[in-house]
Amino acid sequence: MPQTLYDKLMSTHVVREEATTALIYIDRQLIHEVTSPQAFEGLELAGRKPWRLAASIAVPDHNVPTTDRSSGVSGIEDPISKLQIETLDSNCEKFGINEIQMNDIRQGIVHVVGPEQGATLPGMSIVCGDSHTSTHGALGALAFGIGTSEVEHVLATGCLWQSKSKNLKIEVNGDLNKYVSAKDIALYIIGQIGTAGGTGFAIEFAGTSIQKLSVEGRMTLCNMAIEAGARVGMVAVDDKTLEYVKGRPMAPTGNEWDKAVEYWKSLHSDKDAHFDQIVSIDAKDIKPQVTWGTSPEMVVAVDGLIPDPTKESDPVKAQSIKNALNYIHLEANIPINTVSIDKVFIGSCTNSRIEDLRAAADVAKGKHIADNIKLALVVPGSGLIKAQAEKEGLDKIFTEAGFEWREAGCSMCLAMNADKLEVGERCASTSNRNFEGRQGQGSFTHLVSPEIAAASAIAGHFAQP
Amino acid sequence: MEKFTTLVSIAAPLDRANIDTDAIIPKQFLKSIKRSGFGPNLFDEWRYLDASEVGMDNSKRPINKDFVLNKAEYQGAKILITRENFGCGSSREHAPWALEDYGFKAIIAPSFADIFYNNCFKNGILPIVQNNDIMDELFLVNGDITIDLEAQTILANNKEYSFEVDAERKRRLMNGLDDIALTLQHSDEIKSFENTYFKKYSWL
Repeated sequence: MPQTLYDKLMSTHVVREEATTALIYIDRQLIHEVTSPQAFEGLELAGRKPWRLAASIAVPDHNVPTTDRSSGVSGIEDPISKLQIETLDSNCEKFGINEIQMNDIRQGIVHVVGPEQGATLPGMSIVCGDSHTSTHGALGALAFGIGTSEVEHVLATGCLWQSKSKNLKIEVNGDLNKYVSAKDIALYIIGQIGTAGGTGFAIEFAGTSIQKLSVEGRMTLCNMAIEAGARVGMVAVDDKTLEYVKGRPMAPTGNEWDKAVEYWKSLHSDKDAHFDQIVSIDAKDIKPQVTWGTSPEMVVAVDGLIPDPTKESDPVKAQSIKNALNYIHLEANIPINTVSIDKVFIGSCTNSRIEDLRAAADVAKGKHIADNIKLALVVPGSGLIKAQAEKEGLDKIFTEAGFEWREAGCSMCLAMNADKLEVGERCASTSNRNFEGRQGQGSFTHLVSPEIAAASAIAGHFAQP
Repeated sequence: MEKFTTLVSIAAPLDRANIDTDAIIPKQFLKSIKRSGFGPNLFDEWRYLDASEVGMDNSKRPINKDFVLNKAEYQGAKILITRENFGCGSSREHAPWALEDYGFKAIIAPSFADIFYNNCFKNGILPIVQNNDIMDELFLVNGDITIDLEAQTILANNKEYSFEVDAERKRRLMNGLDDIALTLQHSDEIKSFENTYFKKYSWL
């Protein structure tokens, strides 16, 4: 029977099947400091040991400062953030888990570091206590976020109970319009199907527009699958995937590489495989996107208008629009590109890879941020990306344009470290969530691509290059 | 984990769709390395009028009197009634920890986000799905609602509604079983899987 990519990845990992659920073997567990301390504590209290140490790799990312780190973990000002990172360090040491520590050049956002190190490989089952684990599906892996109880379960047993998701194929075909990136595709899709549109599904992104995306772009897209409600986002393996993986520190070499490639080439949906639902999108309909509200589905094209709740027939939706406009201090029916901003954030597991920084730098080159911009931050996804960008001179382009150039981490995407918005501040952000208070209590987040973030920083309001 | 059999309680109605886990428990509280104590900061930004900081004495903070959980009639509610896509966003298990610590044992909504739904069962919380028409009826209920997990029924205003729940999840919830101990009963199967698996996929 023809199988989807998701079916293939699931069936390869089944250890044991029960009526409605299956015990799935986990190849890779990524660990960070926020969702792991209670799992390690549970393990210790029960007198258990990690099932397979080689499965795990840890890196602190959510709480790390993006400013000067020369004094190491002990130099972190916030004592609670510091304790959480110290706890990760000591847990990894105690249990023997491979950790990339804060001041290692390989440190960065867990979903950037995994693929970069070759810790993420096609065909793997990958979990992490973070919903954006869907990112890794860009390499043809089965990757999804889990809660802390499941983090503990995977540590203790090497496995996880899973019921099978339905298959959703989202096809995007055609050439992308100018300044439309993977981020805009993701936001456009979420605008179309809603934040619950993918609930209960594993999404496979396919079509010529997706094939043409770089692996980095595919990661941006799969990263946002969770914002459409799907725990899993995937793209089939192709030559680009293999080229991306080859030579990574943890990738196989020699005969093992050849053997792996042979298997990896089978990681695509079979012709005539059954999908429970298919969504088809024409690339020419996608313009650069800006979210206007407090949910990623509340999105318009950069030249579009903020919606009017009185024109919405569904009362629950109309109320949601009203709530969002009320929170975010915007009026219905005004063009989004007339809305001025206070801060700009370029970074996060969605858009902090070298390609994102190049795209933003390209827009910012030779220009300067507008006078009303209080802060424009560029936070690379890893220390290695930072080094690469500096080699290419991108840091100079940004600093000369008035941006701040920082150390790698999650930073202002969720504002657990010192990088956050103040009450009433409006931000053009390349991150993934515009929920109320996400970047700081009482602050307003608008999700955009790196190109639109850079152009908006220069214009002082939402704009395209 | 505490067993869940029958629950009798008033229900707090939170009439809002797409409530995300950032709203359920804001990120500043995720810095804790403990599993308990999140209840006072459940729905923090809606519940209090001031800006929150970790370690504040929550009993001295100004309360948003309009927020449902602050209303006298809903004190002690163990059931939360809400709208579509509850628990979307971040996978943080701190969200069910906060709900459980506050006192909620069951949540009734038209739909839940996958990861959140899953996390509930790990913490003795029963998430129940009902269609929009029934939700509209439940939003109007005054007085106690009875949830019987064994019978898979909700009794409200003398009317009975049934609900679906996965049989294995139900068994674990009703018996308060430890997932890890149950899985480790299959250790030999896992080891035998590994033997075959790592031969075939030898680069892993």
